[in-house]
Amino acid sequence: MSWDWNAVVDFLPHFRDGLLVTLQILALGSVVSFVLGLVWALLVRTPTRWVSWPVGVVTEFIRNTPLLVQLFFLFYVLPEWGLTFSALTTGVFAIGLHYSTYTMQVYRAGIEAVPVGQWEAATALNLPVGRTWAVVILPQAVRRVVPALGNYVISMLKDTPILMVITVPEMLGEARLYAQETFRFTEPLTVIGVAFILISYLASLLLRTLERRLVR
Amino acid sequence: MTPGLWELVLRGVWVTLQLLFLGALVATVVSFAVGVARTHRRWIVRFVAGLYTEVFRGTSALIMIFWVYFVLPLAFGWQLVPLWAGVLALGLTYGAYGAEIVRGALNSVDPAQREGGIALSFTPWQRMRLILLPQAVPEMIPPFANLVVELLKGTALVSVIGMGDLAFSGSLVRLALQESVEIYTYLLVIYFVIAFLLTRAMRALERRLKAGLGRAPAKAAVAPVRVPEGAGAGGGA
Repeated sequence: MSWDWNAVVDFLPHFRDGLLVTLQILALGSVVSFVLGLVWALLVRTPTRWVSWPVGVVTEFIRNTPLLVQLFFLFYVLPEWGLTFSALTTGVFAIGLHYSTYTMQVYRAGIEAVPVGQWEAATALNLPVGRTWAVVILPQAVRRVVPALGNYVISMLKDTPILMVITVPEMLGEARLYAQETFRFTEPLTVIGVAFILISYLASLLLRTLERRLVR
Repeated sequence: MTPGLWELVLRGVWVTLQLLFLGALVATVVSFAVGVARTHRRWIVRFVAGLYTEVFRGTSALIMIFWVYFVLPLAFGWQLVPLWAGVLALGLTYGAYGAEIVRGALNSVDPAQREGGIALSFTPWQRMRLILLPQAVPEMIPPFANLVVELLKGTALVSVIGMGDLAFSGSLVRLALQESVEIYTYLLVIYFVIAFLLTRAMRALERRLKAGLGRAPAKAAVAPVRVPEGAGAGGGA
């Protein structure tokens, strides 16, 4: 094997493009998963079985099936139903939806960890249900679960390369494209591999700092 | 769906099951080796094991698969058949997650148990084999159950390097039928059924192991949380 630093330098512009797309997917996907996850967590808690049961089954199904197949499903099936989105939009939605079934569990644990006295106090003050959730329960629940949510952002980062299969030009997609043009696999794959390790390590350090500040 | 296409799908299921089984085997060996090494007396052993977990948990399983399949042959001059490339990449990656489970379970054993072993002048290996592991293993089963479902989902990734697993057979059928709803729905259902059976089997295993210790399995539903990145003291993780 020969390691060619020129190939590394050549690959850097592609790497930068890929990195930007990866970070974009990560940011948008996180937002989708945080919002949808909260929606699922609240829906599962509704008193009627007609809502909570189907939501439970669907999220369980999504959580236990591969993201890769879900991506293909959305990418090929939605156009057949007349809904055409760009590969990036489909990818962001798919990864956000997949992870929302994990964040939902996190929110649920956070909501359950709010002391019963808080609920009782809200009832005693005659707060309507909406206000109880918005100003009493959720602020306390979300604060507790930020580190756990952060873990899923890091997990999501490591799943972004899967979006390559629906032609999203993120880091692995760029590396493969470069490899196909120049027949050099070693350098681009190693560069992005190291990049992933560095980014996720830095992110976990950041998260630990955040955790110390929030959970006191 | 013609019978011929169903046969293709079934062959894909078989490959996926092989990958799952062999990958789980490699991952288990790696988890225990690395997890036990992280509780070793010498700092250098702990450091190397810790470095392994950080590196393999830090990178993406798909990149690992690409690396094993495309770079290793150039580096060492031998080409792995896709099945073994997939098994190796999945086993090493998920083994790193498993190592954290093993380490956590070993650390959660009551310190008095270890001290008892020292007082009875057991060797470190005897302590591990006769005292710590028998108590730690049942605690590992619920997180391992989540990990094995993650591994099942990970096996779909090998279809990207052209291996004929279940996800790959799906894309062949899609090309043959020029229609995607049906085949991808079947695919998702098949994966879900396998995951469901795996979860059930792991729960039965847990009940059996805990019965041997005279403990009841935890009542609360285990949150299927991905192995925390070391920073997860939050509610779910």
